[in-house]
Amino acid sequence: MTSVLDRPQGRHSGAAPRRRLVVVGNGMAGARAVEEVLARGGADQFAITMFGDEPYGNYNRIMLSHVLSGEESDADIFLNALSWYRENSITLHAGVRVDRIDKFTKHVFSDDGRVTPYDTLIIATGSRSHMPPMDGLYTPGGSVKNGVFGFRTIDDTRRMVQHAQQEHHRRAVVIGGGLLGLEAAYGLKSHGIEVEVVHSGGHLMNAQMGPDGGAVLRRSVEALGIRVHTSSRTTAVLGTDRVSGVSLRDRDDIACDMVVVAAGIRPNVDVAVLSGLPVERAIVVDDRLMVQDEDEIYAVGECVQHRGEVYGLVAPLWEQAVVLANHVTGADTSAAYLGSRTATKLKVAGVDVASMGLHGPELDTDEHIVFSEPSRGVFKSIVVRDNKMVGATLLGDSRKVAYLTQAYDRGLPLPEERIALMFDVGGPGEDVGVAELDDGAQVCNCNGVSKKALVDAVKGGCTSVSGAMDATRAGKGCGSCKLLVRQVVEWAADGAVEEDPAASYYVPGIPLDKPSLMAAIQKLGLRSVSQVFTALAPGSAEDAKSKMGLASLLKMMLADRYIDERDARFINDRVHANIQRDGTFSVVPQMKGGVTSVQQLRRIADVAEKHKVPLIKLTGGQRIDLLGIPKEDLPQVWADLDMPSGYAYGKSFRTVKTCVGKDFCRYGTGDSTKLGIEIESRFQGIESPAKLKLAVSGCPRNCAESLVKDVGVVAVEGGRWELYVGGAAGAHIRKGDLLATVDDPEEVKLLTGRFMQYYREQANWLERTYAFVPRVGIEHLRAVIVEDSEGIAAQLDAAMQAAVDSYVDPWSERDDPLTPGQFRTSLPLTVLPQVPVR
Amino acid sequence: MSADTTGANHVGTEPVSTKSHVLGPVDQIPFGEGRAFGVDGEQVAVFRLRDGSLRALSAVCPHRGGPIADGTIDLQVVICPLHQHAFSLESGCSSTGAEPLRTYGVQEDAEQNIVLAYPHISGNSLA
Repeated sequence: MTSVLDRPQGRHSGAAPRRRLVVVGNGMAGARAVEEVLARGGADQFAITMFGDEPYGNYNRIMLSHVLSGEESDADIFLNALSWYRENSITLHAGVRVDRIDKFTKHVFSDDGRVTPYDTLIIATGSRSHMPPMDGLYTPGGSVKNGVFGFRTIDDTRRMVQHAQQEHHRRAVVIGGGLLGLEAAYGLKSHGIEVEVVHSGGHLMNAQMGPDGGAVLRRSVEALGIRVHTSSRTTAVLGTDRVSGVSLRDRDDIACDMVVVAAGIRPNVDVAVLSGLPVERAIVVDDRLMVQDEDEIYAVGECVQHRGEVYGLVAPLWEQAVVLANHVTGADTSAAYLGSRTATKLKVAGVDVASMGLHGPELDTDEHIVFSEPSRGVFKSIVVRDNKMVGATLLGDSRKVAYLTQAYDRGLPLPEERIALMFDVGGPGEDVGVAELDDGAQVCNCNGVSKKALVDAVKGGCTSVSGAMDATRAGKGCGSCKLLVRQVVEWAADGAVEEDPAASYYVPGIPLDKPSLMAAIQKLGLRSVSQVFTALAPGSAEDAKSKMGLASLLKMMLADRYIDERDARFINDRVHANIQRDGTFSVVPQMKGGVTSVQQLRRIADVAEKHKVPLIKLTGGQRIDLLGIPKEDLPQVWADLDMPSGYAYGKSFRTVKTCVGKDFCRYGTGDSTKLGIEIESRFQGIESPAKLKLAVSGCPRNCAESLVKDVGVVAVEGGRWELYVGGAAGAHIRKGDLLATVDDPEEVKLLTGRFMQYYREQANWLERTYAFVPRVGIEHLRAVIVEDSEGIAAQLDAAMQAAVDSYVDPWSERDDPLTPGQFRTSLPLTVLPQVPVR
Repeated sequence: MSADTTGANHVGTEPVSTKSHVLGPVDQIPFGEGRAFGVDGEQVAVFRLRDGSLRALSAVCPHRGGPIADGTIDLQVVICPLHQHAFSLESGCSSTGAEPLRTYGVQEDAEQNIVLAYPHISGNSLA
């Protein structure tokens, strides 16, 4: 039974009744259209209801390839979270599919039995993966066979990742060598899967480029270890209940565990057809985006056919949404959409690809300028007609893209020396100043934000970079344009760029930078995290995201006067072990300087055997890691080990890596092992803004890799020691800066402690030394720490000594848990996901 | 008392769809932290907020199965320790784009025991 529902009551109930705007489709087009409507005061005109097939807020579909490759988490690609709908009083029916529209009575019927009346309707149903005809694609039940995937939605992507990560799944076939197919292949490859691409066209990405470019691209793709079969068609998916391979028309079968179908998209027009709306290749709309011959029904995005064109890219959708919103709200009833010129600029499978207009010459008089360097994966092709650029393909080098896009969009006159189109030989290139950049030049390609939109945002009062980014969404897609966004904002604000105040907060929940926060804590005599919230947070509100940073800061400032509240710690620091992806923990016994003994090895072996430790692993810092320990077993593991904690978990001083040093090594000039042990003993367990990893090398051969450590010590000829700070060889790579060269190990320990204390007091929360050292400058550090230019050296030394003195081995909690249930399992009854055991 | 994680006392039956489970003394959860309980074969994370009130949510993060009871909380949200997805303690909705967590009614009775209102699932073995 269905019933006609009342209009949703929003915050305007009681005022003049608002018209009902219903949007079918909650993807990038639907949500963007609504945003544009809201931007034109639509919230006062309309009560808005949205229907979305997928059970989420809306997300950036373009970024799914990054989710697949693991470069982004799926949480990072949401454009509007559910809160956006609430804040804008939009009624969202997520996970509800609209079956039919009654355009005569103006109602929408959805598969949850709901009947929703509208005054104005927007159809934004988008498109879906095209499944080309082949045998064995479906089960007898009619669903797609297990192991066969489209690549269209976040659920598709999650399922693909899950499938790819199952240990016995080794091989995948991607059907389709277009943009999407190559993205899928690249993403799967990053999960260690062997991937083959089957493409029916004669060359890869034949919709975007000609055969020569396709050949260069193929070389680059194959260099990634992805096999490519062009001019080949898949005739069948093999396997009965699960995929075992594919059959090709004129080649041998390929065995595989999964098949990804990326053979194009088809507009979703079922609802429109069923409801009697005009549909050809897609829903036919006029220049107002109004469905042909209908009143009050609009359509937008990939489900739309406008002047015979159907678009499958995101940029036209932004242009359509603007025109549509102008008409729906009456803001500008003369607005007209005249079609889009499409240019693609993407990173496909790690290769820069840009393409616009023609792939090659069509008329005898067309000029075709080609540069090809396949060994570097670089290919450039430009088509010129009547001294105007009518097409370009760029592979592997996109430095000239901004300029070429502009030349193509605006029909700019071209330099006589055509080579200047491809290379910087005087013509405006990438180094075109922001000032010369055309108003319409697209700065953010993910969200279609032009230079003008950013400039307008700045003029409208968004004078901070983050403010302008929030207002326009520039830089909120892949983020590769952030630098350019900053330059444009700085230029538009004419030097009056405000720093975003929140960017300087030490933790997000308390509006103070670190020096002010420390001063306030001192002045008010605050001693615990909850006291800090009560005294300094807006509304005295606790903030989960701020707890860990505050706990670290207070411990640093107060040492043993700190009142330790366990709920302010991250789980690692509550149980003194490192949480792993399956919710188990890893335990690292202390092994100072990387030196161990027969007794210790035997003890560790016994404990590992007794507790059936699934993986024993040497860490990057020369320690033994026992992985896969259930939380509830941690106290017993510690008790059996009866060794101090090795600090592999917290934001704290961790380990000192060492080389053999002078006793055994033929080259060693200093006793690196002894010094490493002394440093590790002294600073064990010291909290810091981010982890600290140290090393000591016995000679300039640097076997302990001291030049890429937070603090690295190198023994040099003549019994002297060099001290490097701010090195890194992890997510970032940086050679440390030389802080000092000193004569004896005691001096090394003193300066190490003084540097660590200065870093503890001055660095931002989670700011590693590789960011901190260049920020404050090595000359400044040298002055303060070595030459005591500020007269604070004694103070720093004393504060570090107090911290050292307050050290207690956290593993002493093993026999007497500090809080009830400290070591109680939090794991699901059925453990998931399982970490593979080698 | 070292609370078990596999079974909980089952007291009485509320009409039709909800059962109450007494999960033992509230003291077993420190203020500002959470603990996991096995209830009817499901894992439930119960949090004791710093204001003394209780919240109960499904204990498994829908994103990658993370242990929600090990999360960091304030009065509004819990943050999963694995990938920092945030969930409202009240509604279970995620502000970071994850699927929502299921929520349960939970309160403290006169004897300072945690009482969980657990929706009955048909076909469940608990008679």
